[in-house]
Amino acid sequence: MSLRTPLARAKGLGSAHEGVGHWWVQRVTAVALVPLVLWMVWSLIGLIGADYAAVRDWMRHPINGGLLVVLLLILFHHAALGLQVVIEDYLHAEGVKLFVMAVAKFAMYLLAAICVFSVLLVALGG
Amino acid sequence: MSSHGRPLSPHLQIYRPQLTSLLSVTHRGTGVVNTIGTVLLAYWLIALARGPESYAEAQAFFDFWLVKLALFGWTFSVFYHLCNGIRHLFWDAGLGYDIPTLYKSGYLVLAMACVLTVLTWLLV
Repeated sequence: MSLRTPLARAKGLGSAHEGVGHWWVQRVTAVALVPLVLWMVWSLIGLIGADYAAVRDWMRHPINGGLLVVLLLILFHHAALGLQVVIEDYLHAEGVKLFVMAVAKFAMYLLAAICVFSVLLVALGG
Repeated sequence: MSSHGRPLSPHLQIYRPQLTSLLSVTHRGTGVVNTIGTVLLAYWLIALARGPESYAEAQAFFDFWLVKLALFGWTFSVFYHLCNGIRHLFWDAGLGYDIPTLYKSGYLVLAMACVLTVLTWLLV
């Protein structure tokens, strides 16, 4: 017989009260990143040495621009989740942990915003 | 945390490194390195967004040998994390936990990361 209440079982959040959300999103973003990163590396190989106009025209293609924005959003979300685990595992002083966690997460979403905004500037620019 | 004085596991001072543990910690390491490397990706996109002059500056920056060396290292880090990430996904599906398979998949990940890195830089 389980000692857990029916409500706790139904909620499925476990002893840490967080459930499997973080774990699951890290896996889903990982699966998405496999083809996206391979596509990005392949694209970058083709763009090495190309001049500004060629790279701009490549980024202005809706499929390239769309894939790039999706890649950036998923990549930085995956990175934020990964950094979170590393910080939780190795930083044990509560104050330091909170501070580094906030800085790391802020840095990830700031980088994501800067990168996506740059792509949009190129894609939509005159 | 009042863990002072309590025994910790694993005892890192006497822990004998093995392929499985080395690849595991490398997965974390490469994850952090990949994240640091995204600053270069951001720089590339910012330079592109700011116009032809700053993009030319960025091209000169990426042509510098030390930066190229860093990019080569980053390429390996990305491919290692990608290959070993797929290995992790198989584990999440409950596959490949027996020791012989663990070692085979470990060596395969290392080989694939090296092959993909060299292939990428041969194509550049």
